[in-house]
Amino acid sequence: MVTASVTLGAAVGVFGISFGVGAVSAGATVLQACAMSLLVFTGASQFSAVSVIGAGGSTASALGGAMVLAARNGVYGLTMGRRIEGPVARRLVAAQLTIDESTAMSVAQEDVAAQRAAFWITGLSVYVFWNIGTLLGALLGNAIDPRTFGLDAAFPAGFVFMVWPLLRTPRGRIAAALGSAICLALVPFTPVGVPILCSALAVLVGLPDDERWPDRRPAQ
Amino acid sequence: MSWTLVLALAAGAYACKAIGFFLLGRRTLAPALERCLALIPAAVVSALVMKDTFSTGQHLVIDARVAGVAAATVAVWKRAPFVAVIVIAAGVTAGVRALA
Repeated sequence: MVTASVTLGAAVGVFGISFGVGAVSAGATVLQACAMSLLVFTGASQFSAVSVIGAGGSTASALGGAMVLAARNGVYGLTMGRRIEGPVARRLVAAQLTIDESTAMSVAQEDVAAQRAAFWITGLSVYVFWNIGTLLGALLGNAIDPRTFGLDAAFPAGFVFMVWPLLRTPRGRIAAALGSAICLALVPFTPVGVPILCSALAVLVGLPDDERWPDRRPAQ
Repeated sequence: MSWTLVLALAAGAYACKAIGFFLLGRRTLAPALERCLALIPAAVVSALVMKDTFSTGQHLVIDARVAGVAAATVAVWKRAPFVAVIVIAAGVTAGVRALA
């Protein structure tokens, strides 16, 4: 699991480089690019804000689009906040690390101890690599295109690996299918970020009680 | 780029994370709500797979990523380790992209 977390972190680092390059070419200083990765720490929002500014958009429009993307981390927080224990200070740090990768890697684990470990190791690994990548990209000004190496497919592939154990129950499979369908149906019609948020509505499949959903009964 | 944007986005993004993280606290919820919460990762991570595989911005697209993610899914099904899954996805995608 540590290997997986570090691998994922390294892939994120390459995108960090491309974020650093993009931020500086959109007019950010090296310090601003690094401050964004250190403080904002949610890649999709950062890329979105930088691309709006780079295209000549206003601060307000850059902020609006980026916030829609950031909102899904609140949904992850609902899941992770109940699993991560410790003093408030530690939980405040954990909140900053609550992103796609740390949440997905955590929920793929079998027991609560492993879920907590996976959250912290993945969150910290991604944090370190993302920020080193940003600094390198901002300083270098140009770098490799992650797409050349197929790294844009590394994330969905990693997410397939992480979601796989959640598909064991009928309810999990239905939520996954419904979430996928909602996302794809909304992509062409809503701003970027909205489809992921709305996919969370698929959890309503959890409402009917177990008698109609035999997923907690032992296998026959 | 203005510092206003950097700092406002930092505050807003952290607020999103923290609100979700601390909203429910230790309270015990109704079983139906607990079941719904437990399904968030299945629904949302699946949606991330779809978005990252089939879309670019607001456009649905079929490109080299589909081949890479399909190969990776077979690898996951065959219980390949995480690193192998990532390498297969990136390799197949880069290969198809180079040939196309």
